[in-house]
Amino acid sequence: MVKKRENDAFIRCDNSRPAPPLVIRQGRVIDPVNSIDRVAQVICTEGKIFGVVDEVPAEFADAPAIDAAGKWVVPGLVDMHVHLREPGREDKETIATGTRAAAAGGFTAVACMPNTQPALDEESKIRYVIQRGENCPSRIYPVGAITKGLEGEELAPIGEMVHAGARAVSDDGKSVARTNIMRNALNYSKSFNIPVICHCEDTAISQKGHINEGVFSTHIGIRGIPTIAEEIVVARDLLLAEYTGARIHIAHVSTAGSVRLVREAKARGVNVTAETCPHYVALIDEDIGRYDTNKKMNPPLRTDRDRTAVIAGVTDNTIDVVASDHAPHVPEEKDVEFEAAAFGVIGLETSLGVILTFMVHKGLLSPLQMVERMSVAPNRILGLGGGFLSRGACADITIIDPQAPWSVDARNFYSKSRNTAFEGMKLQGYASGTIVGGRAVFNRKV
Amino acid sequence: MKKIELLMDKHGLDLALTRITHQVLERNRDFSTFGVVGMQTRGVFLAQRITKRINEIENCTLESGILDTTLYRDDYKMAFRQPHVKVTSIPFDINGMNILLVDDVLYTGRTVRAALDALMDFGRPKTIQLAVLIDRGNHELPIRADYVGKKITTLSNQVVSLKVTEKDDEDSLWLMELEKGE
Amino acid sequence: MGISIQHLLGLDGISREDITLMLDTADSFYEVLQREIKVVPTLRGKTVVNLFYEDSTRTRISFELAEKRLSASPLNFSVSNSSVNKGETLRDTIKNIEAMKIDMVVVRHSCAGVPYFLTQCTDAVIVNAGDGLHEHPTQALLDMMTIRQKLGRLEGLKVAIIGDIFHSRVARSNAWGMSTMGMKVVLCGPPTLLPQHYESLGVPMTDDLNEAIDGADVVMMLRLQRERQASGAFPTIREYRNRYCFDLEKLFSLPENVLVMHPGPINRGIELASDVADGNNSVILQQVTNGVAVRMAVLYLLGGGENG
Repeated sequence: MVKKRENDAFIRCDNSRPAPPLVIRQGRVIDPVNSIDRVAQVICTEGKIFGVVDEVPAEFADAPAIDAAGKWVVPGLVDMHVHLREPGREDKETIATGTRAAAAGGFTAVACMPNTQPALDEESKIRYVIQRGENCPSRIYPVGAITKGLEGEELAPIGEMVHAGARAVSDDGKSVARTNIMRNALNYSKSFNIPVICHCEDTAISQKGHINEGVFSTHIGIRGIPTIAEEIVVARDLLLAEYTGARIHIAHVSTAGSVRLVREAKARGVNVTAETCPHYVALIDEDIGRYDTNKKMNPPLRTDRDRTAVIAGVTDNTIDVVASDHAPHVPEEKDVEFEAAAFGVIGLETSLGVILTFMVHKGLLSPLQMVERMSVAPNRILGLGGGFLSRGACADITIIDPQAPWSVDARNFYSKSRNTAFEGMKLQGYASGTIVGGRAVFNRKV
Repeated sequence: MKKIELLMDKHGLDLALTRITHQVLERNRDFSTFGVVGMQTRGVFLAQRITKRINEIENCTLESGILDTTLYRDDYKMAFRQPHVKVTSIPFDINGMNILLVDDVLYTGRTVRAALDALMDFGRPKTIQLAVLIDRGNHELPIRADYVGKKITTLSNQVVSLKVTEKDDEDSLWLMELEKGE
Repeated sequence: MGISIQHLLGLDGISREDITLMLDTADSFYEVLQREIKVVPTLRGKTVVNLFYEDSTRTRISFELAEKRLSASPLNFSVSNSSVNKGETLRDTIKNIEAMKIDMVVVRHSCAGVPYFLTQCTDAVIVNAGDGLHEHPTQALLDMMTIRQKLGRLEGLKVAIIGDIFHSRVARSNAWGMSTMGMKVVLCGPPTLLPQHYESLGVPMTDDLNEAIDGADVVMMLRLQRERQASGAFPTIREYRNRYCFDLEKLFSLPENVLVMHPGPINRGIELASDVADGNNSVILQQVTNGVAVRMAVLYLLGGGENG
């Protein structure tokens, strides 16, 4: 029943040998950091960018080439908020399948959240994830837990985890409920120059809620999660960041109020970045219709007013990053009563198409801005050292066919799970090739 | 549907009902234990007319009852939509009574079968007699009417249609034919 | 002619014609219930499963009686605690029941949307006997049947529904059904027990009992779950009673023929004073009688035909 696209090529990254030269010809190169937006040739060698040039130098004339005419060639996209479920729930997703989905979605790197089983709350678990990610199609950067077991009580060994390779800390899936613990986490993390990624939810208010509290939740008789459940904690964490001087990153912003709070905090100089997800850009609570559990996630889909505000936030850079919050679940957790269904939707393979369709093609985001939100900013926030095509930079590149029309069909996904909120939706644009370390790890055959 | 033949006009209907009434009077002498029940829909009006005639002749004050057999039908599985349930109202105790059941048309006998079941649920009448205006044959059950206004033979694509002034604009009884596709 | 719906999932979006047909048919079954033999053979051979994931002796008995009086074969499947995330999934349960060749499913569940979910799992006809905070359509139908029986009409009448509106599927079904029938519904309760966003119900709300019952032809009191006090929805039973109990004094402020209703079971002395509950204006037991007639009507109207 599950049909895979037979033609797409993945390769495993064998980093023991240097990557051979590669030329990407005739693409529209979009590199906001270097203010490039023109048709050019991108030359890679030994896994690094050799240069963005108008004419291919003679020494690369015979190198393997990718024809990118009519396509965009951009610094590798990074999805800084995914759940790859390994270790613990390999039935939903593994690092291997999740990074294949990432590569197919155009992402050269992902940051995976620590709410695995067990949680990524110590050095050895961070090392485990990094080791499991070796030779996978896209790069994987683990996010460590803020507190041991994500229980919000005792700080996890943040320093050791950062030393082992964690690029941020988060108790994603939960807020750190106790304000004093959160204050300590922010203060402590300052030593390591990493962001604390905040899942903002006051569970005392959101308890028993399953969708946005509003006219629609009253209509279909499902208890709601009010927008203030998110905003109260966004406000708290912004105040804590302002007070401590620490760096925070607000995950999955879904409400107009949160956008306003972040915008105001940025104006005050608070060291904050923020992200939203494609589903908050494209969908609203009413799209849940008759209890579609594949549109159930936390935070929930909000109203059109919130959606409009979130879009405005992405446009004006109040929201720095678009990330998928890719959250795979097995069918038996979704094909159930709405209130019993798990929260979360997958997004790695639809993220780019949704942002192109709902923002770029509608003129709400320029291609340059899109690359900033999906590559430059996550690279900067996580300190990955990429997000540009400068000479000597790592050759992580995404080739985008911006106009290709396609319909979302979860049966074709490389993810192990099928719980997409966009099933059947017609989108325009996708990644046609993904290059990691100078190697084409994904090549979409049409 | 197109009209084939006028089976009875107003005059014919009056005559038939009067004849049935007289046959009923011949067979039944004690009207203190006699009740008339009309079957929904048009049997109700025929029952009322027969009751009125009996009352005039016998100088008594019988009331006629109304019986809806919808809930007792055996063909509900064939209908895509459930038929409307209509009023049932029998203003007397039928236990030990001689009941005259009145309907407009006797055809397959299934409606009468349903009516007998329904009546039995109201009590145990001493006897049940059946009066119909038209017996169009093609019975599917061993059911015969005691009093018949007119007996005809019909085809399965034909319909016998009674109109009564109480409900329609005239008294008439037509043999109709279903047209293709109806 | 016939009813235009295949399942009864709720009254939201149900046409006036369909509601009228269900009420008219219920009147006919009310007549059947007055007979010595209260059983008709209409649904002989049909199997109706009463799938109750929530305790509700009253509603289940009412449905079971309705099924028996239509000569259907009831099959009771009760799961005392909705053990979600444990054991068999709901889809598997309904598939297993369906495999035993059943025709209709009457379902009650603590999760909203379960009746709709079941329509996606099985070909059987689904009747909602209460889903979460969503709908309880047969209760609203029996309420309307009772009002029509006692006051002769529905159009233009004012109904005040008072109590824990937030958690009441009865209030929701009535708000939609009664509005469709041209009635004026007002919902009333302490602000903590009213939904914050109620525009989709299409009826006004107030926290003032006197305002709600002013000019009302029908006063419907809802049961107050005592555990709401623990969740902080109101401070004390005494304060709730003082503000929202419908007692003789309030009854006397209304016209003589006002109807007092309650979906039961009553918390005597909390939302409804005993002398009002037992008084001449109370039609609470008539509601119970009509419940059987309404459920017979719904089962009859939806139970016909090979594919329901």
